[in-house]
Amino acid sequence: MKTILLATALLSVAAVAQACGTFTMGDISIERAWSRASIGTDRPGVLYLEITNAGAADDALVGILTPAAGMPMLHETVVTDGIASMPHAASVLVPAGQTVALSPGGFHGMLMGLTEALTKGATFPVTLTFAQAGSVDVTVDVLSLRAEGPGCDDAK
Amino acid sequence: MRRRQVILSVAGVVGAAAFTLGLGAWRTRDRAAPNPFLPLPLAAMDWQLSDHLGQDVTPADWLGRPAMVFFGFTYCPDVCPTTLLDIADWLEDLGPDADKLTVALITVDPERDNAEALADYISNFDPRIIGLTGSPDAIARTAVDFRVRFEKVPAGDGDYSMNHTAGVFLFRADGRFAGIIDFHEDRRFAVPKIRRVLA
Repeated sequence: MKTILLATALLSVAAVAQACGTFTMGDISIERAWSRASIGTDRPGVLYLEITNAGAADDALVGILTPAAGMPMLHETVVTDGIASMPHAASVLVPAGQTVALSPGGFHGMLMGLTEALTKGATFPVTLTFAQAGSVDVTVDVLSLRAEGPGCDDAK
Repeated sequence: MRRRQVILSVAGVVGAAAFTLGLGAWRTRDRAAPNPFLPLPLAAMDWQLSDHLGQDVTPADWLGRPAMVFFGFTYCPDVCPTTLLDIADWLEDLGPDADKLTVALITVDPERDNAEALADYISNFDPRIIGLTGSPDAIARTAVDFRVRFEKVPAGDGDYSMNHTAGVFLFRADGRFAGIIDFHEDRRFAVPKIRRVLA
């Protein structure tokens, strides 16, 4: 019994460590990758994260790929004259030395064609491709449908 | 001769236009001319939709209570959850006063957002938020009264998204339009705006 408890405790520590992880490739690091739980698979899911470019040259996120969705795309929410539209973003510039966020109301990954419902507490992998740094695999935490931010302890 | 005819017909058209304008001005002399960019007062609106429980709703049903209304659709990954979460937060900030408010999401995507889809979706935010849908014609007519614009945008593979007016409209209890809360407006500004229509 004690062993089970201990194992459970260790597992949850591992889960916490996994959540809000940092994923690095060259000068690019990704933090606070999160998504919201979905209602079934019909509606598109969302992907938010922060990208830091520690290098001396600009880079750009040019693609996202995930087994969680058949058609993941980068979009940006733009409000012009009060009308919200969500144009496809061919790339998201990450200038040298800066952090750029995919966050609610701005750039976001739109996960169309979810392969299965995203449930709170689950994680899924996403491969981000950068023009300079190449590809980096990140683990995305699925938070509640009502989450407004990444929910990491050190967030903001 | 020809020239005179032209002059006469131009004069006729101008005269008719002036008469029409004059008549319009005379007929509406008691009320301010409706602003083409702002929602009509609820009492002047003419639409009929049904809510997420299948009940018919008309603007007259909302008179007597302040109302907060916004347009969106539930297949929207970013703007609509963000707006709904903002609204759920505002309602929480308002406390019990929020119960005096009618809060409604009107879908711009009736093709996918039937009553059941709306019910599924909004139940995740705040039980005080109601969802409204109707035939495409009924939605279009409603959008005209609110001066809301929306359009379907193909997103590949037969899928589509909707562009739409993103602000949240406030109405006083008597149905007069009271203001717009812009998309993602800070709650420091949003909550006092709502309190003004509750007062």
